[in-house]
Amino acid sequence: MKSAVLLFPGLNREGDVARALAQASGQKPTIVWHAEHELPSGTDVVVVPGGFSYGDYLRCGAIAARANIMDAVRTHAARGGIVLGICNGFQILCESGLLPGVLMRNRDLKFICKMQHLRVERADSVFTHRYKQGQTIKVCIAHGEGNYVADEATIASLEAEGLVAFRYADENGKIDDAANPNGSINNIAGIYSPNRRVLGMMPHPEDLIDSLVGGTDGCGLFESLANFQKLAA
Amino acid sequence: MKARVTVTLKNGVLDPQGKAIEGALKSLAIEGVASVRQGKVFDLDLTTGDKAKAEAVLKEACEKLLANTVIENYRIEVA
Repeated sequence: MKSAVLLFPGLNREGDVARALAQASGQKPTIVWHAEHELPSGTDVVVVPGGFSYGDYLRCGAIAARANIMDAVRTHAARGGIVLGICNGFQILCESGLLPGVLMRNRDLKFICKMQHLRVERADSVFTHRYKQGQTIKVCIAHGEGNYVADEATIASLEAEGLVAFRYADENGKIDDAANPNGSINNIAGIYSPNRRVLGMMPHPEDLIDSLVGGTDGCGLFESLANFQKLAA
Repeated sequence: MKARVTVTLKNGVLDPQGKAIEGALKSLAIEGVASVRQGKVFDLDLTTGDKAKAEAVLKEACEKLLANTVIENYRIEVA
């Protein structure tokens, strides 16, 4: 798997994502600066990591979404390329039009930084085939704007077409308001594009790849990506 | 030529910041405020003197960057 990790001023999670990708695939990703116009040739997977691009000025992800490199990412996605956006990366994908909806201020206005369980809604995507469908995984969240909002028609079509990737859950996998940290509609923690090759998610799987620091439930996502070619189309 | 763009949340979009401001006004005992919605104001200096051209430029700026039209409305005023 050849991967590229985008870098915008103000992002701070590129190192952890690069480590997770290298650990799962044995290949170091290329770090790609936002002013570039092209991705390295042969890139299979583009990752937009988390952080605070451009200081979250204007709206989270708004300025990064208009950077040169995002045109190349749109082209990559349009030809079926794999794109993963985590946290600020999810916000950037929404602002760039690659995914629908928007991440708004958390319902209780607080920046939330804690461990969080998720339910894996489907295990047949290039991001999740190393998990089991309905599996509960423990990762973490760290965001002030993670409250996923979209209009009713968009939510209805995400649900009808099975494009919800992860939902906030409790440790038993129960999905309810008590398990919803930020007010996201239907506990949505991550969504797919219609071809399920673009994933945006607020939680940080790249933080949970080593048993020394909290757990390894994030490994499945990066191992899925590293073996994306083994997933029957 | 000067212009002002006002970006506000669409009706029905939850505005936790507006709610917090509303609560703060209540705690200051400022009476008579039923609700608060917060937004953004942009003051722009334009190089053109042509009103129609200015409005076209501002519309493009709003659609492409200043507003997220999924959740926000914008209003353009050219002086």
